Amino acid sequence: MSRLPPLVPGFVAAGLVVGIIGASLGALFVVGSGADGSILGDPYVRRIVVFTLWQAGLSAVLAVGLAIPVARALARRRFPGRTALLHLFGLPLVLPVIVAVFGIVLVFGGHGWINQALDRLSLGPLGSLYGLQGILLAHVFFNLPLAVRALLLALATVPGESWRLAAQLGMAPAQVFRFVEWPVLRQALPGIATLVFFLCFTSFAAVLTLGGGPAATVLEVAIYQALRLDFDLGRAGSLAIAQLAICGLVAAGLLGLGRSVAVTPELGRATARPDVRRGVGALGDGLAIAIAAALVALPLAALVARGLTGPLSTVLRDPAIWSAAGRSLAVGVSAAALALAVACGLAVATRELRLTYRVRHLATAPDMVAALPLATSVLALGAGLFALLHRVVAVFDVALILVAGINALFVLPYAMRLIAPRMLHVAEAYGPLCASLGISGWNRLRLVEWPSLRAPVGLALALGAALAAGDLGAVALFGTQDTATLPLLLYQRMASYRMEEAAVIALLLMAIAGALFIVLERGIGGREHP
Amino acid sequence: MSTLDLQAVGFRYEDMTMTFTLRVPAGGITALIGPSGAGKTTLLNLIAGFERPVSGRVLIDGVDMAGRAPADRPVTMLFQEHNLFPHLTAADNVGLGIHPGLRLAAPERARVDEALDEIGLAGLGRRLPGQLSGGERQRVALARSLVRRRPILLLDEPFAALGPGLRRDMLALVDRLRRAQGLTVLMVSHDPGDARRIAERTAFVHSGHILAEGPTADVLGPGATPEVADYLGEHV
Repeated sequence: MSRLPPLVPGFVAAGLVVGIIGASLGALFVVGSGADGSILGDPYVRRIVVFTLWQAGLSAVLAVGLAIPVARALARRRFPGRTALLHLFGLPLVLPVIVAVFGIVLVFGGHGWINQALDRLSLGPLGSLYGLQGILLAHVFFNLPLAVRALLLALATVPGESWRLAAQLGMAPAQVFRFVEWPVLRQALPGIATLVFFLCFTSFAAVLTLGGGPAATVLEVAIYQALRLDFDLGRAGSLAIAQLAICGLVAAGLLGLGRSVAVTPELGRATARPDVRRGVGALGDGLAIAIAAALVALPLAALVARGLTGPLSTVLRDPAIWSAAGRSLAVGVSAAALALAVACGLAVATRELRLTYRVRHLATAPDMVAALPLATSVLALGAGLFALLHRVVAVFDVALILVAGINALFVLPYAMRLIAPRMLHVAEAYGPLCASLGISGWNRLRLVEWPSLRAPVGLALALGAALAAGDLGAVALFGTQDTATLPLLLYQRMASYRMEEAAVIALLLMAIAGALFIVLERGIGGREHP
Repeated sequence: MSTLDLQAVGFRYEDMTMTFTLRVPAGGITALIGPSGAGKTTLLNLIAGFERPVSGRVLIDGVDMAGRAPADRPVTMLFQEHNLFPHLTAADNVGLGIHPGLRLAAPERARVDEALDEIGLAGLGRRLPGQLSGGERQRVALARSLVRRRPILLLDEPFAALGPGLRRDMLALVDRLRRAQGLTVLMVSHDPGDARRIAERTAFVHSGHILAEGPTADVLGPGATPEVADYLGEHV
């Protein structure tokens, strides 16, 4: 039986990714360099670049800085609901950004819960949410839990003997921090901070809705505005080039720092620690945990409360809502499936290059290809595709294909990181056994590969579908009334201050993203978790 | 010199119930042998205070250790691995035994150097654990136990990963330190040969209980109980 050479799918996948990104970048350079003068000479653009870097840096410092006491507290305290809290901290990862932003508005906005409570206490209202403070709040909402979970993973690598040793030597909590915790945290911090910086640097939905004007806007939003509001492709191209130049630099740094995304909650096993005595320390820990929990839980609670008390029957009877929901589902599932197919092709290529062809230096190439989208941004890539295609096809007619394709590219790095290591591990651990027993082809796939791969495959699909279904960036660029997905409808309702309807749509979108995640993760991944 | 007295010390781990009764006389070396999973490490953890017994008492020189933190017990325990902090030098790792925040005055620094000298690592104080061999790392841990000046030393197989010759040397070093400092040593071992060579007394641990205890020659000798004989695989 003649078989497909194992590197062919990898070549196709790599060609697709590199081809699309390369062609888009090329198109950007063509339209961007045609714009008047050097882009960085424009003081307005310079101000946007500075603000983009400034808010990303502040967000990274705030999210990671606050995560240290929270992770420390969660690592050393055992209390009822701790596991539930760690699961709660996993939610912002799959929650559509625009939904979370709406939840933040419901809590911290002008008529939000906090101001209502302050009003009842006859205290003055909070300052306006819109501007840098709102952007930072949203970024901390998303990245504090991410950083906490990554730091918990780092703390879990401390060997049990170190805690016993600290107890035997009679270390006080400050000494435990200095000698035991800080050394492992210090190793993890640069990677996490760079990742958060990067995510905030290319943040779109949060800045679009909470930025509030030209004083607080970022490159990603400026690209969108140049293309969709000013119809200025040249300017969008120049902005996108500036965006890509900085993205590429940061992504190169991120790649060097290795993997630092923790997508599954690490519960860790209980180790007796010497620094868990009651007193001031326990009070501080309780406070840190309570603040972080409130920050994540309050917007979610507000979303559910306002959604359920909103005009449910009116909104849910609107056929436009359901067709948008259907489009969101379709975009989510197809983007996830596409990303998975590409990731599998690349992962097989990695495995074969390492184990069959034994070319270690080449074996990292598929990883680099999968990480390539990280060196771009949704709006920059979107602008590039627009520049590339707008003379060839009616771009807005193929909007959903473009939205699904762009989302697939940005889900690809997650899928690759989940699948490639496990695939390589299976081959290394069981390859010789399979060879000696003559288990190959379909039998090997069914008996050996699938049982170990189904959990990461399920998680990759679940994560990809939830993220793509809730993404606002690509659909804001390409979507029209006829191709709007739920995130776009939600944004439009929010922009026209139809908050009651927005609340119901937000709840529906949250339910869809959540259902996609649970069904795919449980249904395909099975009960075992990676 | 200190005596160690475990009076029906009870502990539950998953579905295994353990009850330990053992008297370790002052100043000697007692070996703990038995199959893996029998509870040898748990026994040491109970003495050191890392685990809390559900019943019974741990007495050291007649004083009940209940409620005492590990640092407040007259005990030092050496683990199989991870005895040192990898980011601190050998001297700092030893110094932690004097002050857990490393606030050391000149005379205390000198004590650290003396201890390193004593265990044969003079001049290596500025090395990081990663720059030391496995045997040298455990020597540093021994040096720290010296500066802590605790009369009871618990060894949870810290030399198991070393080759036979090196392990013999390390046990000889422990024996020498015991005589010089008047230590009482309780050591877990997987090698009956080690017990015969160095331990006056041996206790045999089996599924959470001490099945036999006495002079090593008796416990491991021709009159061994059937469980011990099974464990040794030397049917006599």
